[in-house]
Amino acid sequence: MKLTKSLVLATALALIAGAAEAARTDLVVGMVLEPPHLDPTAGAAAAIDEVTYANIFEGLTRIGRAGEVLPALAESWTISEDGKTYTFKLHTGVKFHDGTDLTSEDVKFSLDRARAEGSTNAQKPLFAQIADVAATDPATVTITLKQPQGAFLYNMGWGDAVIVAPESAEGNKEKPIGTGPFKFDNWAKGSSITIVKNPDYWGKAVALDKAEFRIIPDAAAAIPALLSGDVQAFANAPVGDALPQIEGDSRFKVVIGATEGETILSMNNGKAPLNDLKVRQAVNYALNRQEIIDGASNGLGVPIGSHFSPANEAYVDLTGMYPYDPAKAKALLAEAGYPNGFDAKIKLPPPPYARQGGEIIASELRQVGINLEIIPVEWADWLQQVFKDKDYDFTIISHVEPNDIEIYSRPTYYFDYHNDAFNKVIAELDVTADPAKRNQLYKQAQEILAKDAVVGFLFQLPKVGVWDAKLEGMWENTPTPSIDLTEVHWAE
Amino acid sequence: MIVYLAKRLGIGLMTLLLASAAVFAVMEILPGDPAQLMLGMNASPDAIEALRQQMGLNDPLVWRYLSWIGGLIVGDFGRSVTYSSPVLDLIAERAVVSLPLALMSLALLVAIAIPVGIFAAARRGRFGDVSVMSITQLGVAVPNFWFALLLVYVFAVWLRLVPSGGFPGWNAGLWPGVKALLLPSIALALPQAAILARVTRGAMLEVLGEDYIRTARAKGMPRNVVLWRHALRNAMIPVLTIIGMQFAFLLAGTLIIENVFYLPGLGRLLFQAITQRDLIVVEGLIMLLVASVIVVNLVVDLAYGVVDPRLRTRQ
Repeated sequence: MKLTKSLVLATALALIAGAAEAARTDLVVGMVLEPPHLDPTAGAAAAIDEVTYANIFEGLTRIGRAGEVLPALAESWTISEDGKTYTFKLHTGVKFHDGTDLTSEDVKFSLDRARAEGSTNAQKPLFAQIADVAATDPATVTITLKQPQGAFLYNMGWGDAVIVAPESAEGNKEKPIGTGPFKFDNWAKGSSITIVKNPDYWGKAVALDKAEFRIIPDAAAAIPALLSGDVQAFANAPVGDALPQIEGDSRFKVVIGATEGETILSMNNGKAPLNDLKVRQAVNYALNRQEIIDGASNGLGVPIGSHFSPANEAYVDLTGMYPYDPAKAKALLAEAGYPNGFDAKIKLPPPPYARQGGEIIASELRQVGINLEIIPVEWADWLQQVFKDKDYDFTIISHVEPNDIEIYSRPTYYFDYHNDAFNKVIAELDVTADPAKRNQLYKQAQEILAKDAVVGFLFQLPKVGVWDAKLEGMWENTPTPSIDLTEVHWAE
Repeated sequence: MIVYLAKRLGIGLMTLLLASAAVFAVMEILPGDPAQLMLGMNASPDAIEALRQQMGLNDPLVWRYLSWIGGLIVGDFGRSVTYSSPVLDLIAERAVVSLPLALMSLALLVAIAIPVGIFAAARRGRFGDVSVMSITQLGVAVPNFWFALLLVYVFAVWLRLVPSGGFPGWNAGLWPGVKALLLPSIALALPQAAILARVTRGAMLEVLGEDYIRTARAKGMPRNVVLWRHALRNAMIPVLTIIGMQFAFLLAGTLIIENVFYLPGLGRLLFQAITQRDLIVVEGLIMLLVASVIVVNLVVDLAYGVVDPRLRTRQ
């Protein structure tokens, strides 16, 4: 009797072990915010791109894991001498998930739709330079620009520029139909989104048969979800103080990566006293960047001195321009006519980096006589009051769009910053395609912003990736919002 | 009785109408442009304007209110602007989580609280009473999200008996669904049970001091019969009132618990809709919650009549 029992047990164990040996092909990824819908061409929420970019939808080009531009639906392209005409050669045999073929007409439709009057594309400026899109033959698209645009191929790699089909475009919010290696399967609202392998994919097949994005809104719930094995990966884990606990657990891999999020103390350049360069410089001297990084990002953020990602090759380290020097800050304030400092308001949106960073910055500025009243605001409120109505003195926010230094040249942007020299650099950048020259211009732009102390440049927002130690192929950084699962697989 | 019911229904409808105006007004005052929110910081003004037009945000205020109310009357709650699906569908999807959760918690809470309250009242001042009441004091004081996390760590992370959260959907089967709601319902029910147990004990003690209880005991009725038949029935009025209030709380006030267990319930839908300024969803949801509170109160009122026949004739 005893023998049979142990035999049964041994067999059972062998079966379990055998099942575990074949590599898994399913994955549950946790995410904090649920996408409002699943159409990346009709919304700015990063969560939309996180689920759909590269997985479900593809563009002419795509942005790779290091931020580089790679061919996607376009297998190759040629650029005319004057830099104004791009001819894209499309892959053949590409099918949308509903079985229809991808042709140049779909590309024309997608780009024309995005740039049309009445378009609700959240990144409409990406398409502003397009003069015409022509479907030359089923596999060739010719795009004519109003003027040469250095970043055109990069722009076409954004999630907002993916190619959709006219038959299914309207339904993409609920049931996205793309050309990607994964197909949309199911969306249990408030709970999870499931995608499955696309057996008819034109390119390299993915390793996963099924992936589920599970929405876990509460940071306190994320840790037990990982520990219990219910969720095997968080591309950006809201772990906060629990990071050491996860790092000490050999079942998990913790990867600290970079995002495109320049986290800044924005100042209203259009309003006294912050319209005075000396006052803004004083604020910059009063900031202790390391203290803010420690308090607002668990010490993981990378310090920045201008509005540029340290991961970019055109990055210049300008963090030394305004070292922490409260005495100098006080002197500058006195020079500007505020020997006793002044009172101001800081409006803080909900992310922890803003709320925690705001407390620290308020106490640092108090040392030099600037008394900040802290006003926490909701996200919708922030967009209205701060971003749209410019009703603010200070705020803290992470600008997560990649390569977005040009925002400082926008005439109505909420910084209310106007500098002709800077605008000239950006205008030149826009028409320059030569990489070396572009880098040079980017450097100039960074320097002007730093010198003008437009805002307080704090740190690059870190990405805390946590996943099962046996999982491979997840993106370490976030060059563009995406939880790209195309190369993700379980180790044997 | 029928007159009474009609009167109650009329008052209920008036309340709903007032609530609709209040909700609509509050959502109008709330700062934040839903179109700007959807398109984010990089959007061009003309794209935002186009979306506003699409969402009907540029229509006059009174027109929007009237068309909304008109829709409600014929059962059309409108379409969510963020999810772009009918509001009623969204609510239905969430109600299949929230309603069973509320009912499970309610059953649990009544099953625990009433016997405990009676037990404590019957042993007033003795060891059993004192110890039970100190435990309920603890139950009232412990925040339910903390208690919920404690349950997760013990039963999901350590013992691995139940999932740490989430909801598989009822088409995954009855048991997986119930299993997913088990910890949340315990986390919701126990703190509420502590409150109800204390109320039950108080109500029982009051009744037990009445003359007719002494008379019943004096004529030789067994203690337990007096307790359950005479005392409990008379103590039910305040207990029912509290249960009604607790049910309304369990239905709508479960946001924190739904967050800890990441359940797709009504509380989370409401929260998401508010942060995304999905006004029509917020409005529809609040109307439904107001209606359910009115219905629960009506049911409680009718239940008074069942436990106390005197109230029936007076009506």
